[in-house]
Amino acid sequence: MNDVAEPILKISDLCKTYSGGFNALKNVSLEIGKGEIVALLGPNGAGKTTLISAICGIVRPTSGKITVAGYDIVDDYRKTRSLIGLVPQELTTDSFETVFNTVSFSRGLFGRPPDPAHIERVLTALSLWDKRDSKIITLSGGMKRRVLIAKALSHEPSVLFLDEPTAGVDVSLRKDMWKIVRELRESGVTIILTTHYIEEAEEIADRVGVINHGEMVLIEDKQILMRKLGQKQLMLDLVEPLRQLPASLADFALDLTEHGTRLIYTFDSHEQRTDITALLDGLKSAGIAFRDLQTSQSSLEDIFVNLVEGASKGPAEQEAEP
Amino acid sequence: MNIYGVLAIYRFEMSRTRRTLIQSIVAPVITTSLYFIVFGAAIGSRIQEVGGVSYGAFIVPGLIMLNLLTNSISNGSFGIYFPKFMGTVYEILSAPVSTLEIVLGYVGAAASKALLLGFIILLTASLFIELRIAHPLIMLAFLILTAISFSLLGFILGIWADNFEKLSVVPTLVITPLVFLGGSFYSTDMLPPFWQTVSLFNPVLYLVSGLRWSFYEISDVNVWVSLGSVLLFLLICFGLVVWIFKTGYKLRS
Ligand SMILES: Nc1ncnc2c1ncn2[C@@H]1O[C@H](COP(=O)(O)OP(=O)(O)OP(=O)(O)O)[C@@H](O)[C@H]1O
Ligand SMILES: [Mg+2]
Repeated sequence: MNDVAEPILKISDLCKTYSGGFNALKNVSLEIGKGEIVALLGPNGAGKTTLISAICGIVRPTSGKITVAGYDIVDDYRKTRSLIGLVPQELTTDSFETVFNTVSFSRGLFGRPPDPAHIERVLTALSLWDKRDSKIITLSGGMKRRVLIAKALSHEPSVLFLDEPTAGVDVSLRKDMWKIVRELRESGVTIILTTHYIEEAEEIADRVGVINHGEMVLIEDKQILMRKLGQKQLMLDLVEPLRQLPASLADFALDLTEHGTRLIYTFDSHEQRTDITALLDGLKSAGIAFRDLQTSQSSLEDIFVNLVEGASKGPAEQEAEP
Repeated sequence: MNIYGVLAIYRFEMSRTRRTLIQSIVAPVITTSLYFIVFGAAIGSRIQEVGGVSYGAFIVPGLIMLNLLTNSISNGSFGIYFPKFMGTVYEILSAPVSTLEIVLGYVGAAASKALLLGFIILLTASLFIELRIAHPLIMLAFLILTAISFSLLGFILGIWADNFEKLSVVPTLVITPLVFLGGSFYSTDMLPPFWQTVSLFNPVLYLVSGLRWSFYEISDVNVWVSLGSVLLFLLICFGLVVWIFKTGYKLRS
């Protein structure tokens, strides 16, 4: 995908130590090709926002090199910053400006001449055109997030950063957002987003990166990753607690938890056939009744635990702990 | 040069004033009138003339300076403190604008607003007394240089301050006393010799004296010394701002 041309974003050995001495990023290297959608996953405090802030010029890297479209972010900051649009994680907006003015302000700030037609297109795409003369303070949280997106798109960036764009966002905005993201990608814009939801990464990204404790633990093509990580669980709350699993169910990957009141079946959702039917039949013939059932995709946190526990036995972690 | 960026910041700051137009215009008109009623009429009737000028007229330059200084500082500091406080500063920091351009936008707007206020006071004053301005160009130079340097000082203050208390401590504890002790409402001749000497260490004295000279050709210190010291102050403030952005002091972590 990104082996032809020069990468639009190239990060080499980026380190960031905050003034308090905290190492938020440790030797992060990353290359992203033009038009890619990359999702960065990672638990709270992993360093996702720090990474984005370093690229955008909000945080000063301690060491390492970052280039955007071949330009250095320090030496050619004007060039790189005008190529970048950023939607921050926090909902930080002015209060008393109108939507239209604040979006126009952003365009000007990024060095572009006024273009009301473009602003109108952006606001319309984000369903904000009706609100163009409203003061931002009168908008709901979701609408404020749209305003932040509109601001980031006001100067027609080539690289768009979305830092947890779906936090506190309803289904319709999420749909709008993914539609816009896809359209932007069609027009050649590269998109880097952070999220806590693997489903989101699955839905939208071409590649998925995982950051943990300031390290890029993994960066992988989504298709490959999903196959690796696509475990699902079926949880059954039993009517009567079981002391142990009947021998007839020994073939299934079952765990008995919650003092025998809950049965957990782990399966791979990417398999063409899952054995859920067989399991349920087996339960019935063993006379095990259940009150409730639910399925869950392995959460990011679970995946993390797996990833990090796996890594801790590898060389990376041993290096970190002398 | 990112001229659109500078204009965006400048317009944004000015539009805040437009939203509070009443407060920005009516308030200074009322306070100026009060000063004239209290100082000009009540006290002025006892002090007849200072250096051949009626007391009412004598205090006009001081009054303008007082407002120009405090207003420049508060405009300059609020302009940058507010985005920091609200978090919207991320946009400025991630934008393709240089130090000079950010300063031009914020400080330009702060100084413009302060100058506007200065002219409103001048106009209000002219309703109460007959004004005579001997050197309008020098007056303009003093007003503009003062507005710019103190807006810069305010800008530095706004970057340094990390809470509202710090933001107001410098204006109330430093600037206001300096202005009141800087000969705004009296001539240093009226002081005992010791305090005359002490006054010479007050930078505001040079500003008030210089501005007063441009009106009535009377001054406590030589006008060129005054002008020189404003320029020096301007350079110091500008140097500090450049240093702040070079080091990312308190703006970029
Ligand atoms: N200005 C700062 N000064 C000191 N430490 C900081 C600063 N900003 C962030 N950190 C620390 O750096 C680490 C990474 O923070 P960062 O905001 O990048 O995490 P994140 O991956 O975006 O987390 P989240 O998912 O919660 O948004 C955290 O431990 C945080 O406490
Ligand atoms: Mg974050």
